Amino acid sequence: MNAPNSSGWKPGTPEAPEGASGIETVTGNRGLMLEEPLIFEIGGSDTCGVDLPEPSRDTNRLGGLARSEPLGLPGLSEPETVRHYTRLSRQNYAIDCGIFPLGSCTMKHNPRLNEKVARMPGFADLHPLQPESTVQGALGVIDELAHWLITLTGMHSVAMSPKAGAHGELCGILCIRAALEARGDARSVILVPESAHGTNPATAAFAGYAVENIPATAEGRVDLPALKARLGPDVAALMITNPNTCGLFEREMKAISDAVHAAGALVYCDGANFNAIVGRVRPGDLGVDAMHINLHKTFSTPHGGGGPGSGPVVLSEALAPFAPLPFVRAVEGGFELIEEEDGVAAAPQSFGRMTAFHGQMGMFTRALAYILSHGIDGLRQVSGDAVLNANYLLRSLDDVLDAPFGGTGPCMHEALFSDEGFADGVATLDVAKALIDEGFHPMTMYFPLVVHGAMLVEPTECESKATLDQFILALRSIAERAKAGDQSLHQAPRLAPRRRLDETLAARQPVLTYEG
Amino acid sequence: MPRYFTEDHEWIEVDGDTATIGITDYAQGQLGDIVFVEVPAVGTQLAKGKEAAVVESVKAASDVFAPVSGTVSEGNAALEDEPALVNSAPEGDGWFFKLTITDAGELDGLMDEAKYKAFVASL
Amino acid sequence: MRYLPLTDADRSAMLDVIGAKSIDELFADVSRESYLTGPIEGLPPHASEMAVERYMAALAAQNLSAGEAPFFLGAGAYRHHVPASVDHLIQRGEFLTSYTPYQPEIAQGTLQMLFEFQTQVARLFGCAVANASMYDGSTACWEAIAMAGRVTKRGKALLSSGLHPHYVSTAKTMARFNGDIVEYTEPTLTADTDFTALSGAVDGETGCVVVQYPDILGRIGDMTQLAEACHAAGALLVAVVTEPVALGALKSPGEMGADIVVGEGQALGVGLQFGGPYLGLFAIRDPKHVRQMPGRLCGETVDAEGKRGFVLTLSTREQHIRREKATSNICTNSGLCALAFSIHLTLLGEKGLRALAAENHRLACRAADRLAKVPGVEVLNESFFNEFTITVPVESRPLVRDLADKGVLAGVSLGRLYPDGDRRENGIIMAVTETVTSEDIEALASALEEALA
Repeated sequence: MNAPNSSGWKPGTPEAPEGASGIETVTGNRGLMLEEPLIFEIGGSDTCGVDLPEPSRDTNRLGGLARSEPLGLPGLSEPETVRHYTRLSRQNYAIDCGIFPLGSCTMKHNPRLNEKVARMPGFADLHPLQPESTVQGALGVIDELAHWLITLTGMHSVAMSPKAGAHGELCGILCIRAALEARGDARSVILVPESAHGTNPATAAFAGYAVENIPATAEGRVDLPALKARLGPDVAALMITNPNTCGLFEREMKAISDAVHAAGALVYCDGANFNAIVGRVRPGDLGVDAMHINLHKTFSTPHGGGGPGSGPVVLSEALAPFAPLPFVRAVEGGFELIEEEDGVAAAPQSFGRMTAFHGQMGMFTRALAYILSHGIDGLRQVSGDAVLNANYLLRSLDDVLDAPFGGTGPCMHEALFSDEGFADGVATLDVAKALIDEGFHPMTMYFPLVVHGAMLVEPTECESKATLDQFILALRSIAERAKAGDQSLHQAPRLAPRRRLDETLAARQPVLTYEG
Repeated sequence: MPRYFTEDHEWIEVDGDTATIGITDYAQGQLGDIVFVEVPAVGTQLAKGKEAAVVESVKAASDVFAPVSGTVSEGNAALEDEPALVNSAPEGDGWFFKLTITDAGELDGLMDEAKYKAFVASL
Repeated sequence: MRYLPLTDADRSAMLDVIGAKSIDELFADVSRESYLTGPIEGLPPHASEMAVERYMAALAAQNLSAGEAPFFLGAGAYRHHVPASVDHLIQRGEFLTSYTPYQPEIAQGTLQMLFEFQTQVARLFGCAVANASMYDGSTACWEAIAMAGRVTKRGKALLSSGLHPHYVSTAKTMARFNGDIVEYTEPTLTADTDFTALSGAVDGETGCVVVQYPDILGRIGDMTQLAEACHAAGALLVAVVTEPVALGALKSPGEMGADIVVGEGQALGVGLQFGGPYLGLFAIRDPKHVRQMPGRLCGETVDAEGKRGFVLTLSTREQHIRREKATSNICTNSGLCALAFSIHLTLLGEKGLRALAAENHRLACRAADRLAKVPGVEVLNESFFNEFTITVPVESRPLVRDLADKGVLAGVSLGRLYPDGDRRENGIIMAVTETVTSEDIEALASALEEALA
């Protein structure tokens, strides 16, 4: 499988001595790898990077609560600030640097057009409580994005305000709860497949439900007979992820939905993996009642080092009346925002408000620009290429890495491997850290929990074949070392800005703020 | 003093109607470096098999269940500052809490050391 | 398509390796009746960068942006000047296109930034520990109520009438489903906060009292005695700050005894953005409660060579480990907004934040004095920072809409926030930041004079 390497990059096993390069410098810097102190160590209380008028003391209507104590906030001049954050940025790996194959996280290219659009003053410099007549274009963006999301999923309507995926899950589950309460059918349990993402049980518990696990089959899918056996009048909903967290499509999805509905319960689908099927499968055709869509996954809004996300929730007709406030409605000649001031009559069954204002507008503009750029033909190709890339990785590596479900057919957008076959003492963590030395971000480790030493690799559609071949070459080499018991893997990474960090120390003696 | 073990890898040492409870050496080895232990407050009524304490490593949090029913008489305050005691002396200074046993009959179903060793060997 | 690197030749070669004839074949697990074989009808095909930009620009042009008009809106979202370097730095790809720092060896940039951010927030709020951010102020407020419930094991929360009504609605929604009790009444148009009344209402079942500082009407209340009353009853005091710039001029909530301080960080670095993404701030005064905190936390440690480094820590509180027993279901936070906030605050520093706060207050005082001279207008507040409430002799909702049609964005009408009347329909909340000029104040006053004549 050693594919030609057109980039000129030369693979090899690093034999670096202890201390990474083995070269000590006075500053601790190593060429372009620059050490950077904390702002508290370099800033001053009298340094400022913004020009402001000298404070006058003649007016004070602060109710006798004027600050007397110093804040302890250091300042930097503009050049120092630019340098500080630029240096910090260079200690990060990012999609802009290379493949970032974090399974289930969907790290795809973030087009810069989207950044440009989101920064147009007509979107970025709008206050959420401006009169509706002054924000018709913004409401139009929300409405148009909503139309795309509804049509792509084959659902009835969409709640746009949830701030991220987990917030969307909560929105969907609250809609389900409100709908059940409205029909006088209090139910207490939510079923979750054992391979589910941790947010699913956490969300269900937050919404006041008991959580019970449903086992998986040997083929990594929901065990339908076990599900049917558990369904009953106490079950409010099934929270299912499809494609699931093992990167597999739930073949029996329709039968699963039918069984859940027959028991009077509803189907919540975690749409974290919608990017694998966008344009090819509509969850509405599979009996889904509610599904959140991570705009920061499927529709490429940037992850920004951990957020912000955006998690609109598409809803079936049965759940639509219970959607949260506020929402946008098309009216003659424009759009209106339905919120508290419109009174109960405007949305009599809405479960209420989940957040201030109207949702992640800055993400809506980016997602819409992405969707319009691809169009429906492009989005079909997106899911196709994402699945193609994942299957290419799977089949290029399944002779050196155990693929627990590799025998069951194609995967979807991510390839799952286990640590089966690694020599004693070598773990998934070691393989991941060795990838860092090869210049790659590691895959998702130890998730899903149902596979021992799981490695979940999601290349996305944005990687070229050359990039995939290079990644395959590196991972093959590391996998072979892992199977051979190469104990030097424990030393990895040697070539990153930091070696392995002591997480035990951090947790035993938490230092969460600077106390210099 | 008799010492008993549970399938959840707790040990319980009985002295009259007072019991001292902790997790076994096997359990601490499975968990790895312990970073935090939450012990029950004095006076807490515990029912056999119910969650009594929490033990955390960097990547995992596990519940410790009450091996028998009783009222908590003391929590091991030393664990607050030094959770590593659970790693270094799990069946000694790393004990979790003491309780006053409600029903000594509940001890009957627990394993002795030999049985527990065989149980661990079978895992 | 410009975002897709694979060529047809690549696809064909890769399918050969896989042993499949077509991409459609890779979707074999999807039942044929559910699989779409062609594009969904009614949705347009791909478009060039130029075409999309033109289309979006046309939509943007349908809006009246804050910079195009005299602008006085606040009520939880504030327009401040964001230095150009902030937006430049957050667009560095290494920040913009990175992920939650799960691999700390190659994410020290994000992690160190978060550690600095946590420290800045803690100091601003007068607290010991802050987390790495939440979605926004309203959800942070709800999470604070939930945390107080875990700490005190009591499910009743008393919300001040001066708390932002959207925050109240968010808390009520959550309480409806988890069984907590939320007590709240809408504000009366008086110059005083309700902190004294709240002190008397705290009882042995109260888990927390939630106050806003400055409150929704701009009033500033001393929470020292309320904190004492809470602590005497075994309850926690939660303080909500929707305008962090105010703390450059005001005592911090932590100094006055607030136990949990949450806020909306949008005012620094983030911008208005029509309501999101924003930045939830979350801090606690007593570090012993840290394990009950929601959200991600970054902590200091060392690497295998003894060098200082940072990691995400105390993760066992979180959903990916604790699942249904987690302190919160939050996964994604608001990392990039936290970065913008932190950079802006670094540019300001102690000196700049104080000067910025002073300038806001000076202009707000000037605006209040000018508006008080408009016949029919009364200024409600005796105390305020950069936001105050006026009453007018007519219903304020249509008045604000009419003024917008005349090109003046004149504050937030109380009728929009409190549809149920009780004289509130005559109120307007006015925010005055450093972006407001003397001409803007004069334009607002003249427009009001004309409208009320």
